Amino acid sequence: MEGTELAGKILSTWLTLVLGLILLPSAFGVSLGISEIYMKILVKTLEWATIRIEKGVPKESVKNSASVGIIQRDESPMEKGLSGLRGRDFELSDVFYFSKKGLEAIVEDEVTQRFSSEELVSWNLLTRTNINFQYISLRLTMVWVLGVIVRYCVLLPLRVTLAFIGISLLVMGTTLVGQLPDSSLKSWLSELVHLTCCRICVRSLSGTIHYHNKQYRPQKGGICVANHTSPIDVFILTTDGCYAMVGQVQGGLMGIIQRAIVKACPHVWFERSEMKDRHLVTKRLKEHIADRKKLPILIFPEGTCINNTSVMMFKKGSFEIGGTIHPVAIKYNPQFGDAFWNSSKYNMVSYLLRVMTSWAIVCDVWYLPPMTREGWRAEERKGEGRLSGRAAEELQQHDRGQRVSQLRIKLNATLQTKLGFPELAFRNGLWFFSRLGGRG
Amino acid sequence: MGSRSSHAALIPDEDSLRRETGFSQASLLRLYHRFRALDTNKKGYLSRMDLQQIGALAVNPLGDRIIDSFFPDGSLQVDFPDFVRVLAHFRPADDEDAGLRDPREPEPLNSRMNKLRFAFQLYDLDRDGKISRHEMLQVLRLMVGVQVTEEQLESIAERTVQEADEDGDGAVSFLEFAKSLEKMDIEQKMSIRILK
Repeated sequence: MEGTELAGKILSTWLTLVLGLILLPSAFGVSLGISEIYMKILVKTLEWATIRIEKGVPKESVKNSASVGIIQRDESPMEKGLSGLRGRDFELSDVFYFSKKGLEAIVEDEVTQRFSSEELVSWNLLTRTNINFQYISLRLTMVWVLGVIVRYCVLLPLRVTLAFIGISLLVMGTTLVGQLPDSSLKSWLSELVHLTCCRICVRSLSGTIHYHNKQYRPQKGGICVANHTSPIDVFILTTDGCYAMVGQVQGGLMGIIQRAIVKACPHVWFERSEMKDRHLVTKRLKEHIADRKKLPILIFPEGTCINNTSVMMFKKGSFEIGGTIHPVAIKYNPQFGDAFWNSSKYNMVSYLLRVMTSWAIVCDVWYLPPMTREGWRAEERKGEGRLSGRAAEELQQHDRGQRVSQLRIKLNATLQTKLGFPELAFRNGLWFFSRLGGRG
Repeated sequence: MGSRSSHAALIPDEDSLRRETGFSQASLLRLYHRFRALDTNKKGYLSRMDLQQIGALAVNPLGDRIIDSFFPDGSLQVDFPDFVRVLAHFRPADDEDAGLRDPREPEPLNSRMNKLRFAFQLYDLDRDGKISRHEMLQVLRLMVGVQVTEEQLESIAERTVQEADEDGDGAVSFLEFAKSLEKMDIEQKMSIRILK
């Protein structure tokens, strides 16, 4: 019948195009420049939209939406709020600063702010980010309608196809590679499969990633530490290098993927019951990094997805393993699509749907110089007299504990600085709020 | 976009609350959502634990005392109207001239005197209307931390009480407190502006 023949022809052309233009280049890590052209057009369109909005809307409402929170923050650090408080010139009014900060925290605190999506300065033609903007002009609405059609009817099917192909290739490829005996060929092949499939998956999200400082890319036998915004982080990082994942065994599709990829190269999966036993977890991770041939472990020490406007203090467990830590900072550009997964609001499927109907996922990845636990504070103990036995052990333990927490804090501060977020420095006799600027 | 008026129906006694606290409808709505967000078990009121969960408050040296100000007279729950009444102390002063206010109406919650009263009760733990040297010392200990010795703390407490104390009873009453701060810009230091 003509109808089905036509449909069949369209489908096969479609698949050939996808294969030729997207899949093959991914396998070789080559880019044809199609996504670059798409991004250029997108940027121009959004710039035009911004100009139209700014013309149409009175200045104030645009400025208000630029704030990240609901209260106007007085950003003066504590030293300004107090009258030279160094234990000398205390005044009755010093209590004002802390009471104000306390009440501000009650009205709105940083942590809650981090768990809801970042508000945009200007609208990016997605309905979901349209909180403050009213009807401006017919032309803008037309462009928006066009955008909806493009996103839902053209981009979404393409992306879903790609994601489907990517995941199936991953599962099949790793299962096949897993049949081989352990050898350097196997590791090479498994890396190839991982890289190709992750690149396909990233293209299925229209991802544009810029890597900086590739010389600091995590090496084998180390630990890679990154800030966590969404499950996509894993794909973003794996596009540029293979990592050993750490996580809980899950059911469903995730479980299938987990079981498949662990056949090709050693990832570290824990049962739910094992996760509670911290010593077991630490022991297994230590064993993994002791083997220099194994891939670096990827850990997200924040413990949960944060909305990419700051970095939460890290949980301690990640740092007790030792080894060389390679920090990585990931910053998403919210203009093209919100990558943050608010797991209380959306489940995985609706989250993926939202991501696949955004314009694109644009992010920057900075590799930072490696740090070790041992290199920290090693000098300071030299002057002490000799202790032996129990006392020495306790001192060592205390030392290690100190080093771990200092490393954790230093690492957190490094990532904060890199990403240009305000830093909340913890109390050490005085409590202060400072803003570290710039991307160093 | 978004019709705000339909949400206002969520807040009970919204009109009288607005008049009493002076918050705008939009601000009240924002605060109501915040109240609901803090109320973890959807009880309809806040307990001490709910406020203690706030990280930034936990590291605030006066955190406990601020929480106490929401639970006067040993109560264990604070509902939305009381929550907003405390926050109303930090509302920035209205632009209209104070002289235009009807003197028969009760003083607005965010007047200078009421802001000072709020600060005063952060010091005055036993609510006897005076800040004794002992209470001053306790606050100092909270705010100054570990870098200062006990003797230094005591001498600072002594000096501060003496400077403010006018009638020589060794404690600072509310009026003495207010007088010692008469030149201070309370407005700017104790105001939180809620956007929109």
